[in-house]
Amino acid sequence: MKRAFTAYPYLVWSIIFIIAPLILVLYYGLTVPGPDGGAVFSLENFVKFFTSPIFMAAFWRSIWTAALATIICLLIGYPVAYFLSGTIFKNKNLLLLLLVIPMWMNLLLRTYAWLILLDNGGLINTVLEFFGLGPVEFLYHEYSIVFGMVYNFLPFMILPIHSVLVKMDHSLIEAAQDLGANRTKVFFKITFPMSLPGILSGITMVFMPAVTTFAISDILSGRTIQLMGNLIEDQFLRSDNWNFGSTMSIILMVLILASMVISSRYEKDNQGGGLF
Amino acid sequence: MSKQIIRLDHVSKSFGSTQVLDKLNLSIDRHTFVTLLGPSGCGKTTTLRLIGGFESPDEGRIYYEDTDMTDLPPYKRKLNTVFQKYALFPHMDVYENVAFGLRLKKLSKSVIDEKVKKMLRMVNLAGFEKRNIDSLSGGQQQRVAIARALVNEPEVLLLDEPLGALDLKLRKEMQLELKNIQQTLGITFVYVTHDQEEALTMSDTIVVMKDGAILQQGAPTDIYNEPENAFVADFIGESNILDGIMHEDKLVSFCGRKFECVDVGFGKDEPVDVVIRPEDLKVVPEEEGLLAGTVESCIFKGVHYEMFVTANDYKFMIHSTLASEPGKRVGLTVIPFDIHIMHKEAAK
Amino acid sequence: MSNALKKFYVFLVFVFMYAPIVVLMVYSFNDSQSSSAVWRGFTFEWYAEMVNDSQMMKALQTTLVIALSSAVIATVIGTLAAIGIHNMRKTPKNIVMNVTYLPVLSPDIVTGISLLMLFVFLRVPLGRYSLLLSHVTFCIPYVIISVLPKLTQLDKNMYEAALDLGASPLHAYWKIILPEILPGIVTGFLFALTLSIDDFVVSFFTSGAGATNLSIYIYSAVSKRYNPSINALSTIMFLVIFLLLVLINFRTRGQEKKKKANY
Repeated sequence: MKRAFTAYPYLVWSIIFIIAPLILVLYYGLTVPGPDGGAVFSLENFVKFFTSPIFMAAFWRSIWTAALATIICLLIGYPVAYFLSGTIFKNKNLLLLLLVIPMWMNLLLRTYAWLILLDNGGLINTVLEFFGLGPVEFLYHEYSIVFGMVYNFLPFMILPIHSVLVKMDHSLIEAAQDLGANRTKVFFKITFPMSLPGILSGITMVFMPAVTTFAISDILSGRTIQLMGNLIEDQFLRSDNWNFGSTMSIILMVLILASMVISSRYEKDNQGGGLF
Repeated sequence: MSKQIIRLDHVSKSFGSTQVLDKLNLSIDRHTFVTLLGPSGCGKTTTLRLIGGFESPDEGRIYYEDTDMTDLPPYKRKLNTVFQKYALFPHMDVYENVAFGLRLKKLSKSVIDEKVKKMLRMVNLAGFEKRNIDSLSGGQQQRVAIARALVNEPEVLLLDEPLGALDLKLRKEMQLELKNIQQTLGITFVYVTHDQEEALTMSDTIVVMKDGAILQQGAPTDIYNEPENAFVADFIGESNILDGIMHEDKLVSFCGRKFECVDVGFGKDEPVDVVIRPEDLKVVPEEEGLLAGTVESCIFKGVHYEMFVTANDYKFMIHSTLASEPGKRVGLTVIPFDIHIMHKEAAK
Repeated sequence: MSNALKKFYVFLVFVFMYAPIVVLMVYSFNDSQSSSAVWRGFTFEWYAEMVNDSQMMKALQTTLVIALSSAVIATVIGTLAAIGIHNMRKTPKNIVMNVTYLPVLSPDIVTGISLLMLFVFLRVPLGRYSLLLSHVTFCIPYVIISVLPKLTQLDKNMYEAALDLGASPLHAYWKIILPEILPGIVTGFLFALTLSIDDFVVSFFTSGAGATNLSIYIYSAVSKRYNPSINALSTIMFLVIFLLLVLINFRTRGQEKKKKANY
């Protein structure tokens, strides 16, 4: 009864276009060109990366901008998800749809729009100047990159938290109230702990694209500030150093893998007695 | 034409490392209502799926009217199935579901129309042709599933716990209706259930299964009155099962005293299972009983009272139309005919 | 916190989400060559310029052709794959699903550079074919992920019931399974379509000079000078997507109502 043959075209495809390319990344990342034009196994490029102040600066900058953007997304997004899961809005589905629609627009265009808004002669600075507060240099700064990340990835934080909150059994809240918990207690003892899985997937969904981006930093910093993504882009399109570029890709993948392992472990810890 | 329509010959089947059926032999007679009965995991559904062709046996052959159909795919077998959750096609309306098999036979439009309408009338669904499957109740879906299978005029209809999803009242109605259909059409029904009451109500023959083997096959009355071992006795209706010793023909001891019985042919002083049905025990004043005990509880069950009486360390279940006060000392009697003696099941 | 305050907070977040889009739209009608906030009168000039910009129109064409063809190919391969995976035993199924999640979980930039290396390694010239192959690659997993749940939700006896009634396996898949999983296939197709249209990073590395799609065009245009016809283009793209989504939303709601009315 088991017929799996219809998956064979895909299996062939995935070996050529998914597995083989990743093997190439590993191969180039762990070798350097040899004297005779071949390749020799070497960790040289890892040493080069971790001892260079310039590369390390970009590495830490990638992590802290992405982390900061994730935290801000959580702080802004949680209340939105919470309010949208409650009863104060009538057409919640429509609001949710409206929240998703901007994400269907090209990320480059969305980011580019902020470029216009935040520019020195842009709308926001014109208003600030009118009140004698400006102009303020918004762009070409690390915080402008964080701003772009928050804007582009905020829905990724709101949606998973919202989906956990709406699925929550409402009788749990009533039970807690019945047992004498006030609204604040209910939130911190029931609602918030129950929504942790949503928060965790929100954090992963924001942090991962943020830590690997290079388009946002390119546009909002005018290519003056480098993140990990920009470094990798450079190695492949300008310096033409595949080995070093692959080494950095491996480091980036390890970083993401680590963040996924941490969040999944944390999730498991919370499944047992983490409720109270 | 032989009397048998389906025969399983030394059929074995394993899934991974679990052996589900072990060299099973089974004959099913033409024009009968046969029920495969047993607890979950006994292999009854696998047996049905082997007959339907959805699984193939590891060993053994399956015959249909003396021709070997073991290697025939389901779409070439001359029998049809009613599945547990009906497996109706949700994107087709009632009419199209019933017409599905006929269309594959390339029958003419008018013939299909006539057969479908007739079948829907038979299951009381005339006028439901254009209805969506989702809009039907569980009982109506059940009828569509039956009509969809029967419209192909199979000699044998396989039914896999078809009433399991219905509520009690509807289930009872459908039991009678199914029996009616089987008798009207005069075809063979092979019915799988774990519900002993259902099996007793509908079947001509009951096949009691356990752990991939057949324990007993026979008419409902035979199986109820003459169970071959304690498992069958317990599974078919409720029973008090006690450890006893068979001293000689027609003399058994349990609960610390000897009883007259009607069974013969056991070894001298052979350990046996003694089975007494709850309705066969009579409550009498203490001094008139063969056994004396204390009433533990007495619950009204509608038709009768269900009592538990502890006598000589055994808790007897008794069905009686008269109530007794809990705590009261009473006597119990049973006539020799109602004491059933069975060989101990071989140790597992 | 009062309900009005909560509503105001959500309103502010929506303003934040829509502000740049509204600005783009307004600027697309502003008769000004610069990005300054001064309103210099209403004009359709930038829309005319957009249509006459042959490079931009070619990029738009590339995007649409690549999106449609990669979505079709990915949907066919992905649907067949999902059916096959559904029929697999547990261990091979787990292995294949883990491979399937690789492109979903790995960063776009890694997918991009690894495919770039593969194409150079295999001597596939960078251009529209390498672009197509890359897009199909990152689209297939989303088709599989959309179709597979529909297959597991199916009553597992449905296929057997069709065989039981005399249908051959092929006929049973075509007439019974396919209509049942069609919603998942359509979702997967739409997923693939939007992912392909939206993609920048993977295209950036795998398209070479031979093929420029809209994302790459915008990327290079943004870093040059202010170009109001990009505003016009974004306005049109946004409106098309907005209408599409509203339509889809109404369609699904209509179906739900129809279903309920039958009870």
